[in-house]
Amino acid sequence: MLIGIALVAALVLATGTPYQTYYTGAQFLTFLLGPTTIALAVPLAKHAAVVRPNLRSISLALLAGSVTSIVSGVAIVWLLGGSRTVALSMAPKAVTTPIAMAISEQIGGMPALTAALTILGGIVAAVTGQQVLHVLRINDWRARGLAAGVAGSGVAAAQVAASNELAAAFAALGLGLNGLLTALLAPMLVALWR
Amino acid sequence: MLSAFLILLGCQLLGDVIRTAMDLPIPGAVIGMFLLAAMLVLTARRPRAAVLVSLSRVAGTLIEFLGLLLVPAGVGVIAEKGLLTMQWLPILAAVVGSTVLGTAVTGWVMHRAIASRRKSVAQQRGAPARKNPS
Repeated sequence: MLIGIALVAALVLATGTPYQTYYTGAQFLTFLLGPTTIALAVPLAKHAAVVRPNLRSISLALLAGSVTSIVSGVAIVWLLGGSRTVALSMAPKAVTTPIAMAISEQIGGMPALTAALTILGGIVAAVTGQQVLHVLRINDWRARGLAAGVAGSGVAAAQVAASNELAAAFAALGLGLNGLLTALLAPMLVALWR
Repeated sequence: MLSAFLILLGCQLLGDVIRTAMDLPIPGAVIGMFLLAAMLVLTARRPRAAVLVSLSRVAGTLIEFLGLLLVPAGVGVIAEKGLLTMQWLPILAAVVGSTVLGTAVTGWVMHRAIASRRKSVAQQRGAPARKNPS
């Protein structure tokens, strides 16, 4: 996917096509993002059965992880002198990309920047995530899967899903539920930050 | 296949209608996703209904091609390359720092919550902790 973006970007730049022209041409792909977001309900519902026996643990971890991701992302940008638009685009970056873009638009960020940040964050989570959890001596696959889904968007979720089936279920759950929770929390937290 | 795609579009429309009607700050597509997930959980007893099978297939295909759908958005970043070169430090630091922090906090809280529940279950039964509480 990154190669595809780089190739198309190079082509658009090389031919001097204004981005607006390219965007209008590629609108059909953007239109499909909506139904694809809805489609995420299918893996979410498929794994809903594992929620009930772990309801309290999942709720606590999800809430803690979601708030940490939103607040720390905005706070680090702000502390290092980034602009408000960049900070707002950073807020939903832990969530799966189509939802993150929708949230970004809602709270006044730049959806395109959020998409790039989400993909980048997913790669960071996929590369460092299991190492971080290993250092913290967290070896439970439920915790590892949920952490990847909540903090690392689809990229890290897919990576951890490949290594363990239980982790795959919790990663899918973390991904879907954090999409919902961040959509609720981000506008509220941003309203507090003026 | 067409009916499955219409269900997805219908859920998105419904989500947008609810969002506008109730003036919610949540994206319509996310509301639609929640509605469809709730509906699927409620109908989980009939997993072989034809519509559900094709819905599952269409959803799988869309998610599989999610990467392709994101290319226009990714290319959109080049339109903002001035912003990126000016603010590369806060952007890079926040993506790496916040992602590592988010992973660690989620994993740690989940780990502790599972461990404490295991302990309380064991105390109630007066038996050693079970290996798999679920």
